[in-house]
Amino acid sequence: MKIHNTTGGRIFDAANYVFLSLVGIVTLLPFVYVFAGSFATEAEITRRAFFVWPEQFTLGSYEYIFSTPAFTRALVTTVLVTAVGTLVQLALTVTMAYPLAKKTLRGRKVILSLVVFAMVFSGGMIPTFLLVKDLGLLNSYWALILPAAINPFSLIIIKNFFQELPAELEESAKMDGATEIGILWRILLPLSKPVLATFALFYAVGIWNDFMSPLLYLSDNSKWTLQMYLRQVTAASDLLGTGNVDPAYIPPEQGIKFAVIVVATLPILIFYPFLQKHFAKGMLIGSVKG
Amino acid sequence: MAAPVVEAEASGRAASRPPARERKNGRFSVHFAHYKWLYLLLLPGVLYFAIFRYGPMYGVSIAFKDYVPFLGINGSPWVGFQHFQDFFANPDFPRLLWNTLVLAFLNLGIAFPLTIVLALLLNEVRLTILKRTVQTLVYIPHFLSWTIVASLSFLLFALDIGPLFQFLNTVMGTNTDFLSDPAWFRPLIVLQEIWKNTGWGTIIFLAALATVDQDQYEAAIIDGAGRFRRVWHITLPGIRSTIIVMLILAIGQMLNTGFEQIYLMTNALNREVADVFDTYVYFVGITQGAYSYSTAVGLFKAVVGIVLIFGTNALAKRFNQSGLF
Repeated sequence: MKIHNTTGGRIFDAANYVFLSLVGIVTLLPFVYVFAGSFATEAEITRRAFFVWPEQFTLGSYEYIFSTPAFTRALVTTVLVTAVGTLVQLALTVTMAYPLAKKTLRGRKVILSLVVFAMVFSGGMIPTFLLVKDLGLLNSYWALILPAAINPFSLIIIKNFFQELPAELEESAKMDGATEIGILWRILLPLSKPVLATFALFYAVGIWNDFMSPLLYLSDNSKWTLQMYLRQVTAASDLLGTGNVDPAYIPPEQGIKFAVIVVATLPILIFYPFLQKHFAKGMLIGSVKG
Repeated sequence: MAAPVVEAEASGRAASRPPARERKNGRFSVHFAHYKWLYLLLLPGVLYFAIFRYGPMYGVSIAFKDYVPFLGINGSPWVGFQHFQDFFANPDFPRLLWNTLVLAFLNLGIAFPLTIVLALLLNEVRLTILKRTVQTLVYIPHFLSWTIVASLSFLLFALDIGPLFQFLNTVMGTNTDFLSDPAWFRPLIVLQEIWKNTGWGTIIFLAALATVDQDQYEAAIIDGAGRFRRVWHITLPGIRSTIIVMLILAIGQMLNTGFEQIYLMTNALNREVADVFDTYVYFVGITQGAYSYSTAVGLFKAVVGIVLIFGTNALAKRFNQSGLF
């Protein structure tokens, strides 16, 4: 675009730049405050209204939470469930996407329409809960992984990706005597690494952040995930009129809440550069398909 | 590894040149033999969809039954539209509808236009570093769970010590507990929604803005159009179809108030304004065990949602816009 240097335009630009910088800073402030607070003493958190740098630096909050079995258990559980769940979900999605990418496969269109239908309509919370219950998965970690195992949207994008790979690759492999499974494992998967990494992250973030599934399916609080633990630690205890509350609940000090939030946020922030890059792309693919 | 390869080879060869005798048995068996590995790969996924996606759809039938866990879905007696009648006669119904609609319209009326405004402002930035940095910052909250968003709110608005509690109460000269005051429930929900999703929502509008014909701007500059007139007459019409599509999607999702967000912000003191369809289904269904009744409530919500999305789409088409489908 041509640059037009009218005075009004320049004033607008300056105001816009200042405003957008403020928007960015305001978005970030809650994190900065919580991050700083997690290294501050209880007295400082109570005394100072707002700060981005602790006066007195302490690891006390972290030492405390990592010494409580409930927290370490929730953390380990969440890491394991996220790791296993991501693998299972990705494997199920890829093995289903590959056959569906073969245009000559019979029944393919019927299955694809049923997948699309499932994108629009769902049974809802209670029928899904009853199904999980009837399958005996209540208080099982599989209940956090299986009900949302294949995201229809991801399935279709991966299927389209496989479809667009040159057919010659498979033909030459077939000449060399490779099976369909061998082609998928040794040729297609190595070629699809970036795509698979994207959807692995997509699934991992989904499991890590999931609050509804553990709330619905894990009533045993020794099995709680980090999000459930976080909820219990940060909610003001006298206000909790809802849901699963441990009767032996003692409201924790502020610094502990800060530290738990930081631990729950950190993995997302570490992966954020990848997330931003790939998710933005994924969102646009989605918008094109409408 | 060698054996299956040979086997597949053999079956592949047999399929490509089936003997005349086999053809009579129908082509599918031949096709199946040829593609057996692919069908095998397909099986887990198909089972997943049958069980976890279509199973609950079948389970929706309990909305018309008196579900007794002991009798199962099939064995429970039919009651027709009894649960729906009960729900519409229940004083909870108008309250839930009102709460849900108010939140939906606040989001549509405030968060949605803000997304477009932010996208337009970002689009005017020619300093690439600033644009990228701001984008990077405002996208972050999208990836955080509602649990984290709610926890941050609990800390920022914490009674007596939260930074925003102190700041807002000092400015307004009040002593409000924002977290429990029913009057502040909706503003908090909208604020959270804005913080979490406005930045991310700009992506689609920014992509649409990038496709607006640049020659038109040059022509407008020659004609002496100022910055705001260019935005009004070129930029906004250029992304009109995107705005309409996003609006249709938003209206179709209107009743989906976000279970996690509302649930996390609900407490004993603000239930009156906080209860929406999604959380009501949970409280009545899961915590009180009224499975059939709550399934009926969920089904009602889903049907209204489908009517809304088809309705807005038809309306968009009538006004000569492309619509969604």
